[in-house]
Amino acid sequence: MSLRNYVIRRLLQIFVVYWVFITILFFLFRMVPGDPTSMYVIHGLSPQAREAMIARLGLDAPLHIQYFTYIQNLLTLDFGLSFTYRQPVSEVLYLRFFNTIFLMGAALIIAYFIGLLVGSMMGWKRDSSFERGGLIMALIARSSPEFWTGIVLLTVFALYLGWFPTGGIRSLDAEITTFWGRYLAWDFVWHMILPMLTGAIYFAATPLLLMRNTIIDVLDEDYIEIKEAEGFSQYRILYVHAVRNSVLPLVTIAAIMTGAAIGGSVVIETVFNWPGMGREMVRAIHAQDYPVAMGAFFLMGSVVIFMNLVADILYAYLDPRVKYD
Amino acid sequence: MIEIGMHGAVRLREIAFEIVDRIRSNIYLRAIMADTLAKFGLVTLSLYIIFAVFGPYIVPYDPMQINYGPDGTSLRLESPSSDHWLGTTNLGRDVLSQTIYGARVSIIVGFTSATISVIIGTNIGLISAYVGGRVDDVLMRLTDIAYGIPLLPFAIVIVVMLGSSLINIILAIILLQWRATARVIRSQVLSHKERPYVESAEAIGAGRLRIMYIHIFPNVLPLAYLYVAFSVGWAIITEASIAFLGLGDPTSVSWGNMIFTAYGAEVLRTAWWWVFPPGISIMLLVMSVFFIGRALERPRDFAM
Repeated sequence: MSLRNYVIRRLLQIFVVYWVFITILFFLFRMVPGDPTSMYVIHGLSPQAREAMIARLGLDAPLHIQYFTYIQNLLTLDFGLSFTYRQPVSEVLYLRFFNTIFLMGAALIIAYFIGLLVGSMMGWKRDSSFERGGLIMALIARSSPEFWTGIVLLTVFALYLGWFPTGGIRSLDAEITTFWGRYLAWDFVWHMILPMLTGAIYFAATPLLLMRNTIIDVLDEDYIEIKEAEGFSQYRILYVHAVRNSVLPLVTIAAIMTGAAIGGSVVIETVFNWPGMGREMVRAIHAQDYPVAMGAFFLMGSVVIFMNLVADILYAYLDPRVKYD
Repeated sequence: MIEIGMHGAVRLREIAFEIVDRIRSNIYLRAIMADTLAKFGLVTLSLYIIFAVFGPYIVPYDPMQINYGPDGTSLRLESPSSDHWLGTTNLGRDVLSQTIYGARVSIIVGFTSATISVIIGTNIGLISAYVGGRVDDVLMRLTDIAYGIPLLPFAIVIVVMLGSSLINIILAIILLQWRATARVIRSQVLSHKERPYVESAEAIGAGRLRIMYIHIFPNVLPLAYLYVAFSVGWAIITEASIAFLGLGDPTSVSWGNMIFTAYGAEVLRTAWWWVFPPGISIMLLVMSVFFIGRALERPRDFAM
């Protein structure tokens, strides 16, 4: 099978996966306690106004009609009206979506960077105290829930030392003129450091341990011995030759890491009051603002499924040995 | 007194030795005892299991009881003292008692959801890889779907829709957690499928079920154990996160809920004795299963 056919087949598979995800979402949010229409109809209306609203939203239609309307709406990013804000959910989530993507994207990049550097070093210095220490640190970081790491960092660096703000995304007096102006500002970076580190500490263990295992395998191969015989320096061999041949497994876990980051955003954003999709979902759940909760969940799943596709294709593209099966 | 007699006593001794011997020669236990971190893990895990089982008999106070000082006022945010070793909460509740009680939720959720999700995942991986073809295709798409749904947000929605109870939290975790086991077991079984021992079993006409569960399954068992350990850790972290978001089972004391309450009371800066015991407990418990799992991964080195 050629790379092109592989990509087409994978696209079709992901399409099916996405469709099932959307269907699960449809039924999941119809299990809402009490009257299923309570999800869409604002509470505290008179019976007549309620009937009118149900008719207007098409909630009196048969389930399959509702289902098609639902899919149509999702595909046009129309998630309905938020009960709390009384404005379209897509408007509520638009900026929050990017706030989450930038925070978690940065956390993932840092996690990969730490994982690659430290993990390869651990594989190189096998059976040293550096490797043992690294292993223990990785397991400790992985054992601590994100909200706990976040609370420790918050308490030490924001509450005691006062080096970083205790929460939020920018200072009150920050001026915003353009979309990119929001994110390309030192004030934003300063607010982002603690939540970003929280995520990075939790996520780094996976690429780190994987990198260590791969490097150990790669270093056993003949071409490394040849490079040593050729007299290249150890660091050059490690970081130029060995690492280059070890990054492939890191690509395969990119999708899983994205899933972890998206899930983690829910707690990390809550600890640091970060106005992102995750915290908004928690707020919506508590306030029974179901359209917002569903919209946020839909976007989270979409990002993860999209990253699954990207990682698969990237892997097939990078590894000429892959048999596309 | 019951007369056992000389012969009976010797027999009992033999049985006792036999039991001790079997435990000693258990490859998994030997793997743990050969590894310092795993030994530390075993001790820590045992401690928390004791807390979980005997909690109500160990705790000095009822965890929800409001404690009063000698002057009759409630002991709000008292720092650790000889009466309250880990101090009190903002409502005057004993932190040590809450921490000991909290072990129960973590242990129950961790071990139940891990065991069930690994059983499901192992079967899916085994069947998917060995049967192959269309079955493999369907099961792997199912796994893709499970991977497409972020765990914590999904768990939150399930808990809100079905009600916040331990059973629903466990259910939410199981519904997605099997995915990790299914994928690794599948790739492991794929490599075993081509090995001579499977081919020879096929050649003498062994049935599919027999090959899968009698021949291949014991070979992927260490990996399944490793994933039980991982899954226990992940499940404990997920449950604690749900509780930290204020969506945990309201009827039981849990570590996540303790941190949620302390965070909400905005006393992180002052009441360290309230936040650290549950936080450190989650870390220690999860660490202990990871350390044990790491040692169990290669028990075959110890099997002679």
